[in-house]
Amino acid sequence: MRQSIEAVNLTKSYGSFIALSDLNLKLEGAKCIGFLGPNGAGKTTTLKLFTDMIRPSEGHALVGGIDVHSNKKEALSSCAALIETPEIYPSLTPVEALSMIAEIRGVPSEERGKRIEDSLSEVKMLEWKDKKVGRFSKGMKQRVNIASVLISDPSIIMLDEPTTGLDPRGMSEVREIVKSLKRRNRLIFMSSHLLNEVTDVCDEVAMIDHGKLLAYDTISNIILKFSENGSNIIEVGFSRAVDDSIIAEIGKLGNVKGTSKIDETNLRVEISGDIKAREGLLYELASMKIGVISFKPSTSALESSYLNMIKETL
Amino acid sequence: MSKQDVPSSIAQTFTVTKFELLNYFRSRRFIIMLGIGVIIGALLTLLVGYYRPSSFTTSSIDFYSSWWGTSAAYIVILSSIFFGGDAISGEFQNKTGYFTVGNPIRRSSIYMGKWLAAFIASFMIIVVFVAMTVLNNFYYFGPNMPYQFVESFLFTVLYLISVLGLTFFFSSLFKSSSIAILTTVVLMLFAFSLIQNLVNAFVHTEPWFLITYGAGIIGNILTVPYPLHTAITRFGHVAITSYAVTVPEGVAILAIYFIVTAILGLVLFERKEFN
Repeated sequence: MRQSIEAVNLTKSYGSFIALSDLNLKLEGAKCIGFLGPNGAGKTTTLKLFTDMIRPSEGHALVGGIDVHSNKKEALSSCAALIETPEIYPSLTPVEALSMIAEIRGVPSEERGKRIEDSLSEVKMLEWKDKKVGRFSKGMKQRVNIASVLISDPSIIMLDEPTTGLDPRGMSEVREIVKSLKRRNRLIFMSSHLLNEVTDVCDEVAMIDHGKLLAYDTISNIILKFSENGSNIIEVGFSRAVDDSIIAEIGKLGNVKGTSKIDETNLRVEISGDIKAREGLLYELASMKIGVISFKPSTSALESSYLNMIKETL
Repeated sequence: MSKQDVPSSIAQTFTVTKFELLNYFRSRRFIIMLGIGVIIGALLTLLVGYYRPSSFTTSSIDFYSSWWGTSAAYIVILSSIFFGGDAISGEFQNKTGYFTVGNPIRRSSIYMGKWLAAFIASFMIIVVFVAMTVLNNFYYFGPNMPYQFVESFLFTVLYLISVLGLTFFFSSLFKSSSIAILTTVVLMLFAFSLIQNLVNAFVHTEPWFLITYGAGIIGNILTVPYPLHTAITRFGHVAITSYAVTVPEGVAILAIYFIVTAILGLVLFERKEFN
């Protein structure tokens, strides 16, 4: 089965209200794609169409090249999804709830026990494995829900705002889980309205508003295309405090339009130009041997691009 | 990534049944329904033991007719409402459907799995009530079970199948569990009986279209001889027509109710959207 998710002229309307309009989007390969948009933009609608929880008014939702609506069992055989915050039968324990999903998905019986333990361990719920789910907090239930996605070791994963209901530590842990899935060559399609989450975890981003796809590209290209003045903001992390002389040196580098200190060891660098300019900056910073330990597009840059894009659709 | 084959729809149906049953057995509703069945049986035991009414103590068949023939249908209706009333609507209202529906499983497997679980749980309640009935009969009449009681029991199981079909249909029709349960309660416990009486008395037409009329075979089979299909009772100038459903008619009504409501319920669940 191909590792792909594809929307072909996908439309969903409720009477005169169009929740999703003629979406054409093809996601392939092992990577994480963030799905961004304001509340009511059509993110959850799209994910529900990909899991056959709702029917398309027009078009097709394909997972692994197979139409989900006409052949759901085959289409979702290698795909697991977490849509909204599902409730689990309150009288079941996490082990039982995950056993049900494992049986439904055909996890071999000899592997089930270990898979359940591993999944619960990954979401830090192992010590609660034999307690009834009905007594869990929303965050704990969401952890079990995430474990249910991991249980079958799927090649395609769809997550609808997976950190909803989690405390900051839980959110961070979920991001680490998504990153580890990425390292294991999964295709992850994750809706979120948390820009820092998308910047931290995703390689690419699809932006949607009013049911229409606004853009789909790598995060850096989105920032380049949609930032107000074509600038590109990078957050650079250092292993030690950066002093003013170093900041001045960086300010003199080619394509650098400005710098601002985030804190003692982090600097925001605004550059002009495309991906090549960014590559050049990284090379020059490394050559300076000033203790650069991280280099990533700024969350605020994505936020700025996002707000510009949303503003254009108002 | 591990390669695994998704089980057949039948295997998935049984998986849903297994975990739904586990949920029932752990939840209070099974205990409550079991308690209701036991309380009804215990009350009947006490009342019959104390007052010794002649309708119960004349013969074994009369005992079954008075005990089982009048109460079995209510046990069926109550357990169907307890286990089937919110079985499908709850998937939407409580969002439990979001946990299962997004997996590689047909909705028909979920529907049938839940139906089977509700049937098994209800059947267990009925078996407990049967045990209490048979033990009481044994106390008064010894080890003597008329074959009509076996037939009546089988008709009760058919009625359970039929009522669960109807209950699941209403559960699929409404997204709100309370509306689904209320509709079933009102129809099964009040409306159908009222319509049946009105149709009998004033329209002088056989109420063949009512499931409760079809269920009449549960009690009728325990009446010896079997009641006349049509009976006219005169009170002066007023004649009241009453109908007793025949066995083939009753079986057909219950079977048709099940087939029609099961198909409609399944189609509704297949088409209903999680939004």
